[in-house]
Amino acid sequence: MNYRPTEDIDADPASGSPLALEIRGISKSFGRFPALNNVSLHARDKEFLALLGPSGSGKTTLLRVLAGLERPDAGEVRFAGEDFLSLPVRRRRVGMVFQHYALFRHMTVAQNIAFGLTVRPRRERPSKSETADRVADLLSLVQLDGLGGRFPAQLSGGQRQRVALARALAIEPSLLLLDEPFGALDAQVRRELRRWLREVHDRAGVTTVFVTHDQEEALDLADRVAILKDGELRQLGAPNEVYAAPADAFVYDFLGAACRLPGVVEGRRLTVADWETQAPADAPQGRVEVFFRPDEVMFAPLDGAGLAGEVKAVAVRGPDVRIECLIEGRLFELESRGAVVPNGVAPGLALRVKPLKPKIYAAKA
Amino acid sequence: MSDQAILPRGLGAPLGAGGAGVGGRPRRAPWVAHSILPGFGLSLGITLVYLGAIVVLPLTALALRPWELGLDGVWRALTAPRVAAAFRLSFGLSALAALLNAPLGLLIGWTLTRYSFPGRRIMDALVDLPFALPTAVAGIALTAIYAPTAPLGHFAARFGIKTAFSPLGIFIALVFIGLPFVVRSVQPVLQELDREVEEAATTLGANAFQRAVRVILPTLAPALISGVSLAFARAVGEYGSVIFIAGNMPMRTEIAPLIIVMKLEQYDYAGAAAVGLAMVVIAFGSLLLINGLQLFLARRGRV
Repeated sequence: MNYRPTEDIDADPASGSPLALEIRGISKSFGRFPALNNVSLHARDKEFLALLGPSGSGKTTLLRVLAGLERPDAGEVRFAGEDFLSLPVRRRRVGMVFQHYALFRHMTVAQNIAFGLTVRPRRERPSKSETADRVADLLSLVQLDGLGGRFPAQLSGGQRQRVALARALAIEPSLLLLDEPFGALDAQVRRELRRWLREVHDRAGVTTVFVTHDQEEALDLADRVAILKDGELRQLGAPNEVYAAPADAFVYDFLGAACRLPGVVEGRRLTVADWETQAPADAPQGRVEVFFRPDEVMFAPLDGAGLAGEVKAVAVRGPDVRIECLIEGRLFELESRGAVVPNGVAPGLALRVKPLKPKIYAAKA
Repeated sequence: MSDQAILPRGLGAPLGAGGAGVGGRPRRAPWVAHSILPGFGLSLGITLVYLGAIVVLPLTALALRPWELGLDGVWRALTAPRVAAAFRLSFGLSALAALLNAPLGLLIGWTLTRYSFPGRRIMDALVDLPFALPTAVAGIALTAIYAPTAPLGHFAARFGIKTAFSPLGIFIALVFIGLPFVVRSVQPVLQELDREVEEAATTLGANAFQRAVRVILPTLAPALISGVSLAFARAVGEYGSVIFIAGNMPMRTEIAPLIIVMKLEQYDYAGAAAVGLAMVVIAFGSLLLINGLQLFLARRGRV
């Protein structure tokens, strides 16, 4: 793959704000298992960066390296110009939110939030009334006014995670790290908290690194998304960039529903089954894999252009229509936007399916 | 006709809770919480009979026996200087031993669960030995090293410290038999401590001491208290391992259980029962107190 992360920084039009977080060549193995392999990326001041990847991709390890909970085997982390790795965890002023909340069960919500303030050395510790004011402010920021006297066990999952966030924000962190914070919550609560988290981030104005395996969450929330796989950075870019131009087959597949067919590129000619079309100038030569999104297709009569297919089933589901189509002996679930079934499409019909924006990646040897 | 009609009124309610009445609606005493598990009446019945026969009946006999001496006689039996001294010794040393075992047992449990090192499993098994040994064997073993002529006892004697045949010897024996209770109580809780909670405390700026005192210890407290109370209860009643090392000098190293044995040997059954009853009352009272404290701590954060 010809992807180079440094180009992204220079090419980005919004690079006016200073770099806050610089990660260079981080590697980390657990025994013989390499969790991170030479990962480099940057985050700008006040940026919301998502680390996206399947489980085992190293995203949580990278987050734990940033927090200081894990020591990398090689590489460098600088934050606001400072060598972050030489700082002990306690001095990094990193607010960390864990997937399973990690609240102190024997403390009230207010005591949980105040914890980071009360463990400070006496000279730096705010007074009791200052602490109480700060806790009240944070409680209202996370919309839990009046619940300061409760214990974590008396709260719902979504409320607990908001307490965890308030607790992390209490120390006025320079860097906020979130490790799949909504992973343990149900879909409805998740969507609500997602929007709310973005608001909190914008108001608190703190550089945030967010780990998730949910591509929708990452694309929805983040300013930029870093996609990891097997401990390596595959792509870094704004959500619309990475979605529109995935760097490789894995990223394409991971970012959304994908249909995949083998093909061949010869010169400027792409052949997929019985469909021939012009290949983009930068397409790899030889055996390739052709990807397209199930909703980015056009249906044409048999004498038109596209892949020959047979409609197996048609179902209207909410705002769009699902069309199951047999192409090249494989069943694809295609989508058509709008609750109207395209002209004449019905089970048993033979037609042609033309991918509108096919992406071509070299086939794996 | 309902099956309850043929039963005496008192028995009808709990038995009826087990199954539905013939009329379709379940008949249940209002104070019995509804449960879908069948067999409540039968299992409660067996529980009551068994507890009654095994625990309550002998204790009742014990409670009734002393009064043939009359209130005055019981009072005199308990306040006899030798008996009073034995009470002070038994309860005082048991409490001290349990208190010493609290930090040390916690430390051992901590070491055995939080670190991994060669020999850890063997050490873990060693903790159980005081449980498993017949108490008399423990007594002989302790006497064998702490007697004035034995290695450790001899060594201590050079500094003017008398180990065996002194209150210190009893204390050592009580620490010995109480240790496993504390270790085994805290170990499961230590094992289930959430690493992330400590990591969260670290990222919030807490140092190792603050993490231990403010995060880990409160989580452990209920288990630790329960371990200490078990160690205390065991120490109060301990006989076999103490009796050899104590020396059994009147007013100085006689423990309360020994007083009971002596009274029994003199056919003073009522007097023995009086001492026994007093021990039960004191021990039960302290356990109630400890359990109350434990309940209070456990309730916090778990409502």
